[in-house]
Order: sequence, then structure tokens, then C-alpha cells
Amino acid sequence: MIKSWPSLSELRDQVQSGNVSAVSLVEKSIAAIENKKQYQAIISVNKENAINTAKMIDKKISNGDKVGRLAGIPFIVKDNFLTTNLMTTAASNMLKDFKAPYQATAINLLEKEGAIMVAKANLDAFAHGASTENSDFMVTKNPFDETRVPGGSSGGSAVAVILGMAPFALGTDTGGSIRMPASFCGVVGYKPSYGLVSRSGVVAMASSLDVVGPLTSNVNDASLILDIISGIDSLDSTTIVRDTESYDLQLINKMTTIKDLKIGILTDFLKNGVDSKIKQNVFNNVTRLKSMGAQIVDISIPSIALSLPAYYIICPAEISSNLSRYDGLRYGYHTNKTKNLEEYYSSSRSYGFGKEAKRRIMIGTYVLSSGYYDAYYKKAQQVRTKLINEINGAFKQVDFIVGPTTPILPFKIGEKTMDPLQMYLSDLMTVLANLVGIPAISLPSKMINNLPVGFQVMAPQKSDKKLLEFAKLIEDKIK
Amino acid sequence: MIKKELLQKYHPTIGIECHVQLKTISKLFSGSANGINDALPNSQTNHIDFGLPGALPVTNSNAIDLAIRAGYALHTTAQKFSKFDRKHYFYPDLPMGYQITQYDFPIIKGGYIDIKIDNKIKRIGITRAHLESDAGKSLHPAGSDYSLVDLNRAGSPLLEIVSEPDMHSAIEARIYAFELFLAMKYAEVSEANLFYGNMRFDVNVSVSSTSKLGVRTETKNLNSFRSIEKTVEYEIERQIKILEKGGVIKQETRGYNDAKQITIVQRIKENADDYRYMPDPDIPPILITDDHLKRIHKTMPVLPDVWRSRLSVLGFSDLQINLLLMAQTDTDNHLLDFINNNLSDLNKAKTFVNWIINIELPIYQNNDENNFKDNILVPNDREKLFQDAYLLKEANKINSSKLTALLETIIKTNIKIDNLEQWATDNGYLQNSNEEELTRIIQDILSTNPKVVSDIMNGEVKAIGFLVGQVMSQTKGQANPKIVQDIIKQSLKL
Repeated sequence: MIKSWPSLSELRDQVQSGNVSAVSLVEKSIAAIENKKQYQAIISVNKENAINTAKMIDKKISNGDKVGRLAGIPFIVKDNFLTTNLMTTAASNMLKDFKAPYQATAINLLEKEGAIMVAKANLDAFAHGASTENSDFMVTKNPFDETRVPGGSSGGSAVAVILGMAPFALGTDTGGSIRMPASFCGVVGYKPSYGLVSRSGVVAMASSLDVVGPLTSNVNDASLILDIISGIDSLDSTTIVRDTESYDLQLINKMTTIKDLKIGILTDFLKNGVDSKIKQNVFNNVTRLKSMGAQIVDISIPSIALSLPAYYIICPAEISSNLSRYDGLRYGYHTNKTKNLEEYYSSSRSYGFGKEAKRRIMIGTYVLSSGYYDAYYKKAQQVRTKLINEINGAFKQVDFIVGPTTPILPFKIGEKTMDPLQMYLSDLMTVLANLVGIPAISLPSKMINNLPVGFQVMAPQKSDKKLLEFAKLIEDKIK
Repeated sequence: MIKKELLQKYHPTIGIECHVQLKTISKLFSGSANGINDALPNSQTNHIDFGLPGALPVTNSNAIDLAIRAGYALHTTAQKFSKFDRKHYFYPDLPMGYQITQYDFPIIKGGYIDIKIDNKIKRIGITRAHLESDAGKSLHPAGSDYSLVDLNRAGSPLLEIVSEPDMHSAIEARIYAFELFLAMKYAEVSEANLFYGNMRFDVNVSVSSTSKLGVRTETKNLNSFRSIEKTVEYEIERQIKILEKGGVIKQETRGYNDAKQITIVQRIKENADDYRYMPDPDIPPILITDDHLKRIHKTMPVLPDVWRSRLSVLGFSDLQINLLLMAQTDTDNHLLDFINNNLSDLNKAKTFVNWIINIELPIYQNNDENNFKDNILVPNDREKLFQDAYLLKEANKINSSKLTALLETIIKTNIKIDNLEQWATDNGYLQNSNEEELTRIIQDILSTNPKVVSDIMNGEVKAIGFLVGQVMSQTKGQANPKIVQDIIKQSLKL
């Protein structure tokens, strides 16, 4: 089942030399999507457009015209990226019929390099969730065990990559939504530094936490995608200046030794509540790193215990605000059978939003209300500032922090849906990187009970290049 | 009308919030056009104004520059750190479900506007001024069961200027609003077109017979100085009447009915609205450097209060000064610079001011709006015409009524004249100072008016005026009256 695609650079060489046609790649991708429908990973397919685009690229290549770095290579995006070819649903009833008049910057950048968007992947509606069970349309299944979840919220994207529906996919990560499904599905999930990739044209979840990133089969591919989609965007004023040097690991000098590196272990991440086999896997990996010459340092982030509570205040607060534009008046679900404006709002939003969106809107509205703002939202922001200071302090001692991506193995479909708090706990190890804005990667590490398990590496803010180099070394030497 | 004693028993307190629409080319957070009046509904919008998913606001740096200018116009310096917040409420003309505004860190804190009242300067404090995006317009067609929304205005940049409650009469409120208007206009912050709602005033009024402030009402969306004055007058009287009857004033929002000149309750505020303010995570804070401030400061023009004191010291009247200040905003034609450039000769400057106020402006103001541009002098033309005309006047070559007629003709017909003296001669405006010719005319007049001549000889010197008048009428006003008088006296050996 696994990853039937060569690396992106091999694909590029095959297409550009004319040995393999873009049309055949798109057809292969669409065949995989159609053959693996039972996993319910895909919401919509861009068949005709994709094949037409592929034909144009093949023509260009046969004419000897210059083509981009991803010419003819198919990809899949999470359905919260706005696209002009297909509906953009965010897997929600609210946006079920929403056709966007403009595209996400990340997609434009990939298309500029010749990549072809073939399909849009399932997610937890509005990206609220850690299992893809909150999709208003269908539950995506984990290919390693169809009774289990693929993780979320970018579950459809992770499943698409592991099932070979496309060589890479885009996801969004607000509290772990790229890394967690990557870990559950055995693929590479990359969360860039906050602001490195434009959020323009991505359905917002929590603006100060959201990042766009790739899910791929290997670290090299992730580095190439990051190189293409990163950088200042005049449509998103929170974007930051990228490195002038390429992120593409095949173009830069890679890390060859880890002898001088100091690797931190967050002891707080290896306490109770973490699956013992996952813990063991982390220790095994750390031992390997040590044997390769790295110095291992136990580090502690004193406020770490507050990170999840702070996250579940800031995140719903921003969600409640960002979702207020969905009033059914200009686009999105609405009903005309109402007597007045208030009824119109409440009926549109009652149907358009699922349970989880409503839960978060209510929590967010509550923590922003006058009289509660100081006790919740302001406190949470203070915790966030503290965490940033503490993580900066930690990165004065170490170059990277390693640990588990998730505390648990992929769980059963339905197992946690009745207990949102249990569901929230699965974000325990991932929210830190979002709260403090640092880059983090989940690497496929080991199979435990025939289920994939990820290994997470975090690096200081804006040191994405260093992180990718180190991740590549781990991929080569430890797996 | 209410009795004067009652008015004196109560002390009114007035504070004014003013929304100034900044004259940027594009909106505060989007690239669509700002301030296109009368455009087709919803034609000036894009994905940001429309509140589409994934649309992110990007701050228009031009709006920041204009806010800095407004700061200087309010006699303060913009804050080096300020930020944007979201103010949440649901309404069809608010596409995102929140307004982007500045809550706890506004771009301007402090400052003042001076008003002149009873020949004294009174200082009205500014509490703060913050940037925010405007909402769209909701239209409720009469008799229909639907409403319409026009988002052209949604996202337009506003600067909300909040005054201290430093005003205590209707006239003070009106003058404050007028001075604020002049300041924003002169600082080139806003088109300040009141008709198009470029400046909208919310007026807070309370009255109290004790040292404690009374409950205030807020009358919203006033867009003329007169309506501000009327609102304050009406509210003061209304509130006093209620209090005198033992009633209580409710804290409420009111609207102004221009036809009836009264205010009407719109909404009673029973408890504070909860707007759930939060910092906008999509917009980085506004950081302004000293260099940036300096760069803007260098481009600031002379402000109206400076003109006022400069001209006042030179002896121009308040009325003249106000007419000039207003005329400058109307005509946008460097009137004040022109006067300023000629201040070295004060007599000349005063003459020019008279000409502008009594000749040029009335022509401009009486013309229909469509071609007014043709009826105001362009600065270079004014400079040349006035200087040439002044030379003729000083050389006594033209009398004052002929001079007025000459200026009126030239301004109205908008003709360019190279040699004014030649043109005036050709067109019969100049005084006749040809003594030979005048002496001949005078001799005629003396011989046909023997009775008047004998009266003069008997000591009724005033009667000379009659003879001068006769000469003037015979010469169709072109004779120089002073020379005529001299010749008459000479002839009669007086």
C-alpha cells in the first residue's frame, strides 16, 4: 500500500526528460484516488482540469519550453485551502457549496512551479479536531487499520500520501494538525515557523497559531515544497522573511555529523499519560543519537503543564472571532424561511456549524466576554509569553528538542468522540510549537502493534533549514 | 423656549466624537478604492471587504501617515506603538462579524483644539483618536420586506477623534466642530466633505445643577455644524425640562431630525454592550519610528490656528479671517499663501484681503457649482492681476468704483491681461487726469451753474462737491475727483 511514488526530484527528472508524461502521473494519481475510495480521504477530484493542465505541460516539455520545478507532479490539498477549480468546503455544511473566487497563495506558488492539484482532502470541519471524525461529511479511515482514525485535522492529506494518491499533500497545523496525522499514518509532516508560509486563502482557524505545511514521503520532498511555498506575501502581513538560501536539501550543504549537537529531551513529555511503547521508542532513538556523538540534555519547560490549557483558551477565542463571518448572508449555508435577522443568523449557523465548531465558539465567546477576558484570555496570553521565554531559554542550552509527536497510538473510530477532553489531550505534545511559533517535524519512526508512530523534532524559531537538515540525517541514520 | 433662569441653574457638559474619513486611495485593509461617492452598490469591494474565507487584512501605510498628520493637526505626536483590535457584533453591513478598530492602544493620545469665543481662546482637550474601518451601508427601502447592503464603504479608513467633555454650550460645540473640520482639511487628512459624510459627529450632552456630571445622551451621525448646535440646544432644554419635572435622564442613543430640529430616541442602553474586544491576530502592531515622524512633520502645512493668530495680530478681523480660512478650504487655491507672501506691505495685504473677500469670493460663491473652478483665480493670475491693479490704485489712475468694476469684469470673464493699464485705458476704466481737457469741462460747468458758484464764493465751500459730481457725470466717472476739485478751487481763486 505504501508510497508508490519516487521522490519529487526523481519525478522531476523523469517528467522533464520526457520519459514520463505529466498526463500519466495525473492518471496514476486519479486511479489511486478512485481505487481507494473506501478510506474516505478525498472530498473532491479535479480530474478534467488536472488532465488538461498535464497535457499543456507535456506539450511545453515536448516543445522544449522551460517548465517549473514541479512540472506535471500531482498534489492534494486539505479542503480548507481556497481553490478556484473545486469547491472549498472545509468539510463543513456551512461551506458545502462554496466556490472561491481566488486561490490560496501556497497553491498559486505550487502551480507556478507546474504542480497539478488533483484533489481536495477530508479534514475535521474547519480543522477542529484530532481525528478527522469531526468532518461534517465522512470519517476518514487509517490505512493501517480501518477501524482506527488517521489523526487530524489533516487526516485526509496524510492518508492520501501514505496511499500514494499523490506524492505530496498540503495541510494546516494549528495545534498539531499536520504532525499528528503524519504520525498516525507514517508520513513526514512539517510545521514551518509561524509566518514562513502565507495563510492567505486558507480558511482561518486560529490566526495566531495557524501554519501551512507539507505532508510528504520523505524529508527531501518536504524541504523542496517548503522552498516553493515560503516567503513574504503581500496578502498576509504576518508572513516573515525567509532564508535567502534554498530550503531544498538537495541544493544545500547538508549536516554530515551530529557530534557537536546538543539534543534536548523534554522530560515533561515522557511522564504519565504517554504510551509506554511510544516512550520506549523515543528512548531508543535518543540512544542512537547519543551513540552517533550528540550530547543529550534533559530540559524542562516549567510552564509546560499550562500549554494545553492556554492553547484551549487562545484557540477557541480566535475561532469564535474568525467564524463570525459565516452568517449566511453573502455566501455559505443559509435558509430563507426565517422571520427576522436574528432567526436568520441562528438558523444558518445552527445548521452550518457542527458540534465541535459550536463548542469552540461557545468557549471562545465566553473567554472573551467582559469580566472573563482578564481571567482567561489575558492569562492565557501571559502563559504564552512565558512559554516563549522558557523555550528561548531552552534553546540556549540545546540545538533541538526531540520527543514523541503524540502520547498515544492511533485510536479507534468513535473511541474519543464522546469525550472531547480526551480528544484534546492528544494534542499534548504538538501545541507547544504552535504557541511559541517554532518549526517542528514529525518523522515516521517505528511500527508499534502494526501502527505507525512518529518522532517529533523541534528547533528554534526561523531555523527551519537547520531542522530539515537534522531531520534528513535522522531519516537516513536512525530509521 | 425655556426660561433664562433655568438655563443658568444647570451646567451643560458636552463631548464630541468625530469620525473622519481619511482620504486614502485604497481602503484601510484592502486594495479596493476608498471614497468613490455614488459608485454602483458593491462595485468597490474585493475578497477582504466581502469577508470571504481566507481573506486577510493588510494595513494601508498611507492611512498611518494620514493619522500621523492628524496627530500634528491636533497638536500632538502619534504614538510609536499602537495596535488593532476586533470589536465583535453581528450586522449585515459588517461582513466579518467584527470591526477592526483600536481599543487600548490608539494611534493618538492627547492633543487639543483651540476655539475662539467671546474674543478669548478656549482649549478643548482631545482624549484620543483611533483608526478603524467603516461598516457598509444598510438600506431599508420604504414599504418593502427586505433590506439591501452596500459594502462600498465597508473597510474605508476612519479616524475617530474623541474630545474631552470640555464644552459647555451649543456655540462652543459648533465652533469646536468647525475648527476640527478646518484642522483636518488643512492637514490634508480628509476630503472633509460633510455632504458625503466624510466627517460624522456624535454629540454627548448632559446637564447638571450640581458639581456631579449628569447622565448623558449621545446623538449620532450629525453632519453639519448647524445640526450640532441645534442638537446641543435641544438636548440641554429637553434634559432640563425633564429634570425640572422630577424625571430622570436615560442614557440613550438619539438621532437628529433636521426638518423638526429635534432629537429622537433611537436605542436605550440598559447595559453596556459586550463587544468581546481582542487583539487582531492577523495584523502586526503599528510601529512608528522617529525618522518616519520627522519625514511627515516636514510636509505639514501651516494650520488654521496659526493662520488665525498670524492674521489677527496684523489687525484683520475675526470675520475676515474666518472668511479667508473657509474660502481656502472651498477653493483649495492658496489664498492664504498669497496673502502671506504680501504681508511685508501691510496696506497692500489689507487691500488684497478686501478684494478677495468683497470682490473675488462673492463672484465665486454666486456662481453655480458646475463652473466654479473658472471663477476663482489661479494663484499666478491673481498675483499678477492684484499687483497690477494695486499699482493703478496707488498711482491714483483709477477711482475705487471703477477699480471694483474692473476686477469684477476680469474675474468673471476670466480673461488674461498682459498690460492692465493699457487694457483699462482702452476700456475706459482709468481716471482722466488730462488737466487741459478737464479745465475746459470745468469752465463749462462753472458758467452753467452761476448760483452754485456764488454760493461757494459766499463761503459755502461744501457746494464744491456738487460741481465735482457734475464733472464726474460728464466724464462718465473717469475724471480724477481730486484733480477736478483742485482745478475748481484754482479757477475760483479759493
